[in-house]
Amino acid sequence: MPDVVVIGAGIVGAACAHYAAEAGLTVTVVDRGPVASGTTGAGEGNILVSDKEPGPELDLALLSATLWRELTDPAGPCALAAEYEPKGGLVVASSAGTMSVLADFASCQAKSGVEHSVAADPREIEPDLTPKLAGGVFYPQDAQVQPMLATAALLARATRRGAARLATGTEVTGLLRAGDRVAGVRTERGDIHAGAVVNAAGTWGGEIAAMAGTELPVAPRRGFILVTEPLVTPRIRHKVYTAAYITDVSDDSAALATSAVVESTMAGTVLIGASRERVGFDRTPSVPALRTLAAQAVALFPGLADRHVIRTYCGFRPYTPDHLPVIGEDPHTPGLFHACGHEGAGVGLAPATGHLVARLLTGGAVPFDLTPFRPGRFA
Amino acid sequence: MDEQAPDYDLAVIGGGPAGLAGAAAAAREGLSVVLLDAGPRLGGQFYRHRPGEEPARLKALRRGLASGVEVLLEHRVWSVERRPPGFAVHCLAGTRDERPVAVGARALLIATGAHDLALPFPGWDLPGVMTAGGAQALLKGGVLAGRRIVVAGTGPFLLPVAASLARAGARVAGVFEAGPLRAPALALLRRPGRLAEAAEYGRSLLEHRIPYRGRRAVIAARGGDRLTHVTVARVDAAWRPAGGFVEIECDALAVGYGFVPQLELAVQLGCRLGPGPAVAVDAGRRTSVPGVYAAGETTGVGGADLAEVEGRVAGRAAAADLGRGPRPDPGLSRLADRLTAFARSLRDAYPVRDGWRAWLAGDTLVCRCEEVPYSRVREALALGATDARSVKLLARPGMGWCQGRMCGYAVACLSGEDPALVTPSRPVAQPIRLGALASGDAERP
Repeated sequence: MPDVVVIGAGIVGAACAHYAAEAGLTVTVVDRGPVASGTTGAGEGNILVSDKEPGPELDLALLSATLWRELTDPAGPCALAAEYEPKGGLVVASSAGTMSVLADFASCQAKSGVEHSVAADPREIEPDLTPKLAGGVFYPQDAQVQPMLATAALLARATRRGAARLATGTEVTGLLRAGDRVAGVRTERGDIHAGAVVNAAGTWGGEIAAMAGTELPVAPRRGFILVTEPLVTPRIRHKVYTAAYITDVSDDSAALATSAVVESTMAGTVLIGASRERVGFDRTPSVPALRTLAAQAVALFPGLADRHVIRTYCGFRPYTPDHLPVIGEDPHTPGLFHACGHEGAGVGLAPATGHLVARLLTGGAVPFDLTPFRPGRFA
Repeated sequence: MDEQAPDYDLAVIGGGPAGLAGAAAAAREGLSVVLLDAGPRLGGQFYRHRPGEEPARLKALRRGLASGVEVLLEHRVWSVERRPPGFAVHCLAGTRDERPVAVGARALLIATGAHDLALPFPGWDLPGVMTAGGAQALLKGGVLAGRRIVVAGTGPFLLPVAASLARAGARVAGVFEAGPLRAPALALLRRPGRLAEAAEYGRSLLEHRIPYRGRRAVIAARGGDRLTHVTVARVDAAWRPAGGFVEIECDALAVGYGFVPQLELAVQLGCRLGPGPAVAVDAGRRTSVPGVYAAGETTGVGGADLAEVEGRVAGRAAAADLGRGPRPDPGLSRLADRLTAFARSLRDAYPVRDGWRAWLAGDTLVCRCEEVPYSRVREALALGATDARSVKLLARPGMGWCQGRMCGYAVACLSGEDPALVTPSRPVAQPIRLGALASGDAERP
């Protein structure tokens, strides 16, 4: 019998399993699909501090940025092979007005520990950008990983050390209880008893919470990503996005909002995100969404106009009404911990989430106030 | 262009036998029809030809278009979507400039055919190795794939390929059928008309002294810069190598293990698939999405004769559903049933067996676009991938230019999935320049 069952083999579940195992616990990770088959496998691997306003999410992002560096440090104990690139992010503004808002935003972030430098001419940092920009802000702490590899590598490390077991193709159908407390999970393949359960089911986290009678309003927010053929030019060295991205992320409307985030990968392809719409779990390709992403990417990098998109994919971000993840013990069911609802920042926030959940599981001190993330806040 | 009446009653995608027959049948019933094809000439893969050498049957099919079918050649469809009260077909027109064009229609007939089913083996990425369909297409375009050619794979398609290569002057060093040789005879007995055709291929092989061997497979292609010889092995019933290794000199290898229907447009629209890798249709070739019809290889590989009949059925059904009410044609339905039964027996007679995996070495490329060797696929499986999609996410097979058309079947098998049950999701069916995607479609072709 493991100490903990983690529901969800995405990046957040993998990080929870990793840090729980590091803390000396034994873990079983269950997922109805293969590893990284939900939102993790449909993302870009963003590790961003640049898009977060000062507050609890930024604290989480800054801790995560440090933990990602540790996890992937080739000389460190984990040395995860996950295509980690500390490439930095460049946020650009098309008008002087937007530029001054952006610069103010960056100075506020600086007080929380976000490093940045203002670039009067963003083309000094990213030479193939359009000349029609009013300026930009460079954020050296922004980074990127290949999220599926990162997930698989974290899980593999925990299982190799004998601290974790991975049960893919295993759907959780209910929670086991001992009095008020959770005592494990019921699955299609039998019961797994454990002293604690972590709900890392991402966009589907609300369904798991409902099994405990807790309402977590986690809803899917669809995003499309365009993938180009492998490119040499235009050169895209950093994560580049427009200032509009920040307002789109915090926007609440269900309608389509797009603000291109453009970045290259180690495979040579360029990824172009990120559209946001709340349309349920609808995978029907949306030509308007693809068109807008393409237009915005070309506006940033005119040299992209001549390059081919060879595929697209879409995924469903776990959206919560206040855009904050849910991290903490269930209000009614002791032993059940939620770690879901990270919207589009799951990869970036995963290590900090896992680190905090491991602390909660072992009764250790947490480095900051978790009240804003508490699961009971929606009641 | 929203809120406008669609440009046409019916848009037919694909100008092969199914699309040609479907467009003609619908136009005959009074529908306004547009027929779109990616190629520079009508005919599809089956009737591919050089200018001025149009096959007689194609000429006859094309005559059927005279009554009001608008033909748009060199229009590659990259996306189809619902646009009430009909559908929008997004195309790239022209060969180089890729002009984005949208066509609106009240109904759609998907007749996009099939592509070769390829299996990986050591050396299959050498220049000189190609699919049987590829060799055939080259020949129809007037290019002989090599001087000394080996043909291998499974299924009756290998015979016309070998015969036509030999007729065009190549020395065909052998035809190697991985299944047992008696299979074709059994299948052909169900449609005696085809015996004559088979006998002709037989005569052709004899005349050119081409050895035709069963239970033999090309398990490796060898050479430095390009193909110089292949290794042929005897294989057991599961296609595992079972001795009898022979090296055969050649400068070209044409391999064909059957065909994979092109389903992505139907998938984009949400059409139900199955059984097997095919769009599900009723007797009128209606898919599960009202207003969308499918015919030809997209509904199950069955050859040109069946595709043509299916196209006619679909064209008539589309007309009937749009209120034109053509008279029922029971003869056509009976013919479709008979041809379908024959196609099914042929498909059943030439299954792809699992033992081809034993041909692979760790460094054998499974995905050529992304250069993913078999060893990386195994690593992905060890990391917790349990299906084709998760293998793709961890090891990249199928992420390249062809979007898994070449390696999809093999990757599904190697991932422990039934390839027939994997839904080919390609929301962008053709590579499209970002500039073209961004600029939007021209209003009318």
